Parts: sequence; structure tokens; C-alpha cells
Amino acid sequence: MEVVLQNLTKKFPSRDRKNRGDVVAVNDFTFEIPDGKLIGLLGPSGCGKSTTLNLISGLIKPTSGRIFFGADDVTDLPPENRGIGLVFQNYALYPHLSVRQNILFPLENLKGKDKLSKDEMRRKAMEAAKLVQIEELMERKPRELSGGQQQRVAIARALVKMPRVLLLDEPLSNLDARLRLQTREEIRRIQKETGITTIFVTHDQEEAMSISDRIVVMRDGIVQQIGRPQEVYDDPVNLFVARFLGTPPINVFEGQIKNGRLYIGEDCVLEVRGAADQSVYAAVRPEGFILSEDGPLCCRLGGVEVMGRDISVVSANKASLNPTVRSIISTESTVEDKEHVRFALKPRKVFLFNKEAEERIYCEVK
Amino acid sequence: MMKKKLQSGGLKAWLYLLPAILFLGVFLVYPLIDVFIYSFEEGYNSASQTYFGVGLYNYSYVLHDPYFLQAVKNTFILVIITVPLSTGIALLISVGLNSIKPLRNLFQTVYFLPYVTNTLAVGLVFMILFKKTAYSDGLINLLINWFGGKSVDFIDGPYWAKMFVLCFYTIWVVMPFKILILTSALSSVDQMYYNAAKVDGTSRFRTFVRITLPMISPMIFYLVITGFIGAFKAYSDVVALFGTNLNAAEMNTIVGYVYDMLYGDSGGYPSYASAAAILLFAIVLTITCINLLVRGKRRITL
Repeated sequence: MEVVLQNLTKKFPSRDRKNRGDVVAVNDFTFEIPDGKLIGLLGPSGCGKSTTLNLISGLIKPTSGRIFFGADDVTDLPPENRGIGLVFQNYALYPHLSVRQNILFPLENLKGKDKLSKDEMRRKAMEAAKLVQIEELMERKPRELSGGQQQRVAIARALVKMPRVLLLDEPLSNLDARLRLQTREEIRRIQKETGITTIFVTHDQEEAMSISDRIVVMRDGIVQQIGRPQEVYDDPVNLFVARFLGTPPINVFEGQIKNGRLYIGEDCVLEVRGAADQSVYAAVRPEGFILSEDGPLCCRLGGVEVMGRDISVVSANKASLNPTVRSIISTESTVEDKEHVRFALKPRKVFLFNKEAEERIYCEVK
Repeated sequence: MMKKKLQSGGLKAWLYLLPAILFLGVFLVYPLIDVFIYSFEEGYNSASQTYFGVGLYNYSYVLHDPYFLQAVKNTFILVIITVPLSTGIALLISVGLNSIKPLRNLFQTVYFLPYVTNTLAVGLVFMILFKKTAYSDGLINLLINWFGGKSVDFIDGPYWAKMFVLCFYTIWVVMPFKILILTSALSSVDQMYYNAAKVDGTSRFRTFVRITLPMISPMIFYLVITGFIGAFKAYSDVVALFGTNLNAAEMNTIVGYVYDMLYGDSGGYPSYASAAAILLFAIVLTITCINLLVRGKRRITL
């Protein structure tokens, strides 16, 4: 089922007595989610991503704008009539019911012609449980389960009615690092198997990048960029998106374009074509550095962190906005223990942004 | 070294516990044991500290005393009517309070007022409602007359009229505390469960029965148990309504019987009073144990 959001806006009345203006949680969000895809809503806390999810679920009503599931306008439908499955951040499993009863709960609510026989309900619950691989936990109570198992039960409960759209609110935030990796693959698998259009919310860019078909980066209620994870990573539209994606984060420098050349501090690092002379922010991905004896960018060496697969060189540069410049270098090259380290830059990993709006300057960098 | 530390820690713990243990021991445990002993001493005289013999005669006397049997009957009726009714009504009111937004604080205050109101003032209000005076038959009778009924004497009249007033009064008095406990229990149920239920298309009734009730059941059990104990210990309310000569009014309670045996007009029998007190203790203990067992069986832990 494709989901279409049309100029979706949600304003909350302000609680602040001095400032009576409304708080705009979601501002004019227009997006067409293709059928059967996994979409990650991504942004820092307070950016309106959870509000967007709740708008799609119907738990809150939009101030303006429409929501369509396929051809149906569901904007004015209550949550139960939208055909959604929702997995809450804390799972919201009913603590006094067993896993089986939890999964059966949505089915038992069906009335009239949708009403199922006891056997059918049991069969469907078992199917959902099999899908998330918790068949042997059916008689346990939620508190007897680990976080990851609770998560699976919550997903099974959301899936048991075969919803048209599955919504996940911060599905991995309560899990430890190892489980998170496992569960996100699990979510991907379940989504692939069922083919249900799935939208999930996260503040963790790695999580969103790793499993989403598309990511939506939001900030202060406004959509910044929508696209395939790699596209957004390789081609951010503004400094915020560039900074938000990627670990370690992108390195931002004060820069200057002069006569077709990009200067970081005193160092002329690259040639630029198609951009007027101006001060800019030059952002360089950590993997965009190449160790080079005669590289143009000179940094004071702070330390080297060996991470097995590659090494991370921590250094400092006066023009850097981040306190340290972090670069990822393959283990094949070695860093000599000197006071300074010199880098050449990969042009594809360097993005320029203008100073006023922090918008991307599209130009050819060499 | 470790052991020494542990021991001194234990000593310290006992030191902290000492004041409470001391007071509980002197004013609770010792009297309880004492009462237990008195209840077996026949014809104990507190002035001369003498008694005739040891045995079960006190219990036999009390259990054959029609006044005691009347008191037990009254107490049980009171308990069986008021505990479920007051808890149920309190639950209804709390759910109502919890689901209204405007004026909630006002209503909460109004419902809590009986809890902080002076007993004498409450007594006065009930007089106006129920008491027959030279000038009027009371407000309730006015209402009954309005609908074409005949006046009932609630204070000195038939047994069931008096019992009705007593139950009405008891329910009204215990309600605020129950509402307070239940509203806080209700508001502590996480909104996400209701959201989850809403997404699943759960009807409001089903949400209440399958989610809200189980979630607040520990508090309901607490209220039922304390309600039972409180109702079994009823006395002062009865005096406030029907005066001190409760045996004549057929409105005595077990605690009232104990008091009468000690200090009342027919008083001066500490042995009988002790036996009755021990019987009450046994009844309350049994009921509480049954409650706990029932709760344990269908234990709903959060």
C-alpha cells in the first residue's frame, strides 16, 4: 500500500505563557511512500518525526493536509479503521497478559463480518509468532522476556491483523548494541517477507541508513532531504544533513573560494569550478582524507586510534569547526609519530556550503 | 574484617529499629498478648487483679450473648454491603474524574471534602437528612413524601431503615479516600497502553475491563482489604448516628460490644470484652487471609 502525505502540517498550542505562538511540529510535509518499501524517518529529538508517525497512525489529527493510503483518504479515519500496525517505543505489551493473549488481543476486537473463529484466531496468532520466531514463548508473560523478545512480540501483535502499513516508533532504542544489529536485520527480513509498507522513526542515522529503502531527514518539523540512504549520504543538500549522517561525523572547516581554488585556512586544498568567490563551509567525510607526505592540508597530530579494520587519525586544525578532525584511513598506510600530519582530500567526499543559509553550493570540485 | 563490619551493621540496624519496636511492643504486642490472656481468665477483676479460674467460659458466654450475636450480624451486614458498594462507586467516580478535563480539580476537591470534614459537622448534616424532629421529618422523608411515600423513622424506627442510614453514612465517609487512591492509580496507567488499545480498535468497555482494571487491580485489592478491616472496626460512626445505647437500638457492632462490656452501662467485664475482642481479631485475620489468598491465586503483577 503506498502512503501519500500531502502538505501535512501539525501545530501544537504553545504552553509558554510569554510566547503564545503555536509550535509547529510538522511543517508542510509532502511525500509519496512507494508500496512495499521500508522508510526511515530520521532526525534529532524534537524534529517532528514521531509526530509524523502519530499523524500517519491517526493517534493525533493533523492541523492541515491530507493522508492517503493508496486511493483512500484516511485523514479523518480513527486509528482502528486505517489498517495500521503500530509498534511503540516501549512496546506497550499488556503486562498482565501472556504473549499469546497479547498477540490475540487485536483479533479479539474484530466485530461483525470480520469476526474470526477461535481456531482461526489461534492460527493467525501462531503465524505471526512464527514470522518473528517466538513460537516457544507463547505462554510467557512480557516481564519474563528479554528486550529483544518483547520487541518481537510487539511486532507480532502489530502484524497479526495484516495491516496495510506498519509503523515502528524508535524500534531499537531500548536494545543493547549487539541486539540492535540483530533486530534491525530482523525487521528488514520481516518487512521483506510480508511486503508491508513500513515506516519507522529513529534518531540513529546508522540504523536508518542500514535498513531503509529511503530515508527522510527532518529538522524542526521541516523535511530536509528524502532519498536512498547512499544518495543522501553522498549528496547532502545542506550542512545539517551532511552533519547528521555518518559516524564519525563529517569534519567541517571554515573555507574560502578564491580564484577557483578552495582554501582551508592557509592551505589551498582543491580546485573549484562554477562557484563565485566567497567564504564557505567545507565539509569533508572522515573517509575523504588520504595520508600523503606532500598533501595540501596540514593538521596537528593528536593521536591515532586503531580499530582493527582501519585506523582513525585524530588531529586538529585551526579552521575546523569541530574540536578535532577525525579521519578514517585504511590500515595499509602508517602514521609516523610526528607533530604534523598532511592529507590530500578526495574531491567526491568534500561538500561546500554557503555561510548564510548553510545550503549546498553545487559546483565541480577537483 | 568483613564479618566485623557486617555485625556492627546489624547492630546499627537494630538501633534504628529500636524506637518503632519499643512502641509497637509496648502499645500493640503486649496489650494483644494481655487481652489474649484475659480472655481465658474467668471473672477477672481489674481493680483487685484477681480471677476465679482459667477456661473457655468467657468465649462460651460471649457466643451465647444475644447482644453479641446481634453485633456480629450488624457488623457482617455492614461489611458485606459497604465494602463492595463503596469500592465500586469510588471506581465509577474515579473513572469519571479521570476522563473529564475541565473542572477536574474542582470535582476532585469536592469529592475529597468528606475526608477532611469534622465528624460533628457530618453528623449534623445527617441529622438534617434523616432525623425526625418536632419541626420536620428530615430531608429524605420530605423526598419520600414528595413521591407519595410514608415517612420512615430512620433513627429510631425499623431495623432496616437504621441499617440503611448506617451503610449510607459509612459508604459516604470512606469514599473520598478510595477515590483519591483510585484516581492516582488510574492516572498512573501509562497512556501508551491506551494508545495501543486504540490502534487495535478496542472498544472502551473492553479497554476498561481488559486493560485498566487489571492494571489497577493491586490498588483495588488494597482498598478491599483495608475496607474490610475498617468496616469490621466500625464503632464511632454508629455512636454518632444512634447514640451510646446501641444494644437497645439493635445497632451495636462488635467493637461497640467490647466497649460496652468494658465501660458501658452494663460494663465492668474485662474478661468478656477480651474474649469478644479476640473473636473480632480472629474474624478479621481470617477474612484478610482469604483476601490475600484470592489475590495470590489470580495474581496480577506489573
